[in-house]
Amino acid sequence: MSGDRSFPPRTLVEKIWDAHVVAEDPGAPTILAVDLHLVHEVTSPQAFTGLRQRGLTVRHPERTVATADHSVPTTPRGLPFLDPMAAAQVQQLDTNCREFGIPLHGIGDPSQGIVHVIGPQLGLTQPGMTIVCGDSHTSTHGAFGALAFGIGTSEVEMVLATQTLLQRRPMTYEVRVDGTLAPGVGAKDIILALIARIGVAGGTGHVFEYRGEAIRALTMEQRMTICNMSIEGGARAGLIAPDETTFAYLKGRPHAPQGAAWDEAVAYWRTLPTDEGATYDKSIVIDASALEPMVTYGTNPGMGIPISGRVPDPAAAGDPAHGRALEKALAYMDLTPGQAILGQAVDVVFIGSCTNGRISDLRLAAAALKGQHVADTVRMMIVPGSDEVKREAEAEGLDEIFRAAGAEWREAGCSMCIAMNGDQLKPGQYAVSTSNRNFEGRQGKGGRTFLASPLTAAASAIAGVVADPRLLPGIEAASGIGGR
Amino acid sequence: MAEPFRSFTSKVVPLHAENVDTDQVVPARYLKITDKAGLAEVLFRDWRFNEDGTLKDPPFVLDQPGMAGRNFLLVGDNFGTGSSREHAPWALQAWGIRAVISTGFADIFRGNALKNGVVPVVVDPATHARLFTMIDANPDAELTFDLAEQGILLPDGTTIDFDIDPFAKLMLIRGTDEMGYLLDKLPAIEAWESAHPGRVDTRPEAAATG
Ligand code: SF4
Repeated sequence: MSGDRSFPPRTLVEKIWDAHVVAEDPGAPTILAVDLHLVHEVTSPQAFTGLRQRGLTVRHPERTVATADHSVPTTPRGLPFLDPMAAAQVQQLDTNCREFGIPLHGIGDPSQGIVHVIGPQLGLTQPGMTIVCGDSHTSTHGAFGALAFGIGTSEVEMVLATQTLLQRRPMTYEVRVDGTLAPGVGAKDIILALIARIGVAGGTGHVFEYRGEAIRALTMEQRMTICNMSIEGGARAGLIAPDETTFAYLKGRPHAPQGAAWDEAVAYWRTLPTDEGATYDKSIVIDASALEPMVTYGTNPGMGIPISGRVPDPAAAGDPAHGRALEKALAYMDLTPGQAILGQAVDVVFIGSCTNGRISDLRLAAAALKGQHVADTVRMMIVPGSDEVKREAEAEGLDEIFRAAGAEWREAGCSMCIAMNGDQLKPGQYAVSTSNRNFEGRQGKGGRTFLASPLTAAASAIAGVVADPRLLPGIEAASGIGGR
Repeated sequence: MAEPFRSFTSKVVPLHAENVDTDQVVPARYLKITDKAGLAEVLFRDWRFNEDGTLKDPPFVLDQPGMAGRNFLLVGDNFGTGSSREHAPWALQAWGIRAVISTGFADIFRGNALKNGVVPVVVDPATHARLFTMIDANPDAELTFDLAEQGILLPDGTTIDFDIDPFAKLMLIRGTDEMGYLLDKLPAIEAWESAHPGRVDTRPEAAATG
């Protein structure tokens, strides 16, 4: 209990960890209990094969949930899969879930969607839980004050069989975000700014805890955007302590506790925030008031700059290895050291993914696109994060705004975030994307990605070049657009 | 399951690249498999092949003469970032890599690699630079990897010591895996579970309607 003075003060992460220790042998990692296991089609088939080979069953199918998201087409659902391998993989997931009794929200199910969008939406993601998935963006669920992290396929098999994992206790990293965001600057810009500062290995071995007034002011969906990209900063997980915003989001969701169980759960969740006096292994402070919209120029998410900034010069990089990496990135991106990023021509704009494919992201995009038109030279794809987000957007008429602006409105899935399903860049094309990775070829072989917020993406789609969302008409009002 | 991990002597594949992400190790479009077949061929696929399937000119390091069969990969800082795909160590292992040497590894990759007989070896920046200089000067230098002693023997007779999680080391040396260990612990898991009821029920019939 947080008020119990007999314990030394603990952080949020330590409290969750301590509550899930099953056993610890000397010299061995902790056996950590898993509350919720999310499964998708790409990282699970070999795990199920392993179970069959060993003659094992799934220990807790009722703590496991599956969906198909990565390789599913985002063309109308009636159309067949064009890719036989993708079709076979989705079919395999179906077979595996049936055989092992795992609830599946597959194609055609009203709850289908990106695994990190549907967990929260269904109320499965709750404070204080341990949550794993064979997917590095499992960190998203940390927005609820859950210890949530990605695992490999061997670990997926272990969790299926035992509902536990072998883990070493992570170190803790406090990310305090003070101040107030300016209009046109959002959650995506906070996380891109953090990663630009600490680099893609900055959080290795650590778990982030995001705190401070700028974090408290965020909605749950904005918090998810931040926690989602913890992995891009090298941390396997990133958490935000639960508060009234968290409880309000969860209340009444299908799998959230009900009635007396709800009150009991909330009482427990209130004990989770980091105790006063608890210490972290590392800390950093970011001033939200000083942030501009951020955009990446290179081939990892740490290569980001304020949108009014210039592409750095490899010759000015202090360290030779760093200079070489920068040179290689700029060659791939075909950008010139010292050039402005604003005004850089764009071929494709993608709004979607588990980072920015939720209803509030789409509302922001719609506010920017309303009465405007996407530049003739730009293909704009808008892909809802889940079927539910799609229905909600359509009920609000957002799809009409998108279509009228000349954007494509598609079915739910990972889509061009990972380009496994045919939604992809052509070699050499530039995209502004609201997803989380700008690695070489991530959005299609030879494709070049600028990561940015939904507002920056929409502003760039209209302008046909990388554009500053702060210059959008009505940006003050658009920034106030809320969500959950 | 796996074979016990034995010491080996091999030449080195040097890869001058920092922050190599697992999308480069195995591009996402090759993740549609439901088994582990064919991964050696797609290792670093987009750095090795042109659009039309021909090898790049000059060839990527893996395809240069004499590289096939080497067991060491020496690579720039912070290897294995990004996606959790275990296809990355599967592909490295299938190609023949048994130890990757860098100044650092992403957490998920490190764990995945150790479960697949690929040992991530962290060296300090000075040692890292020295190794690259040595291999660039003598590309056929042979190193000996000794897991039990946690050392890599260099041609000049010196040894680089490295750290490894003692539990992971034991698993590698015995050729056993974590699943076996966890299954042995089922009584403890059962006892814990009886005192800690499940926090959530994922079944549709457990969902509140309305
Ligand atoms: S949207 Fe992208 S990052 Fe998110 S789960 Fe899908 S592929 Fe991974």
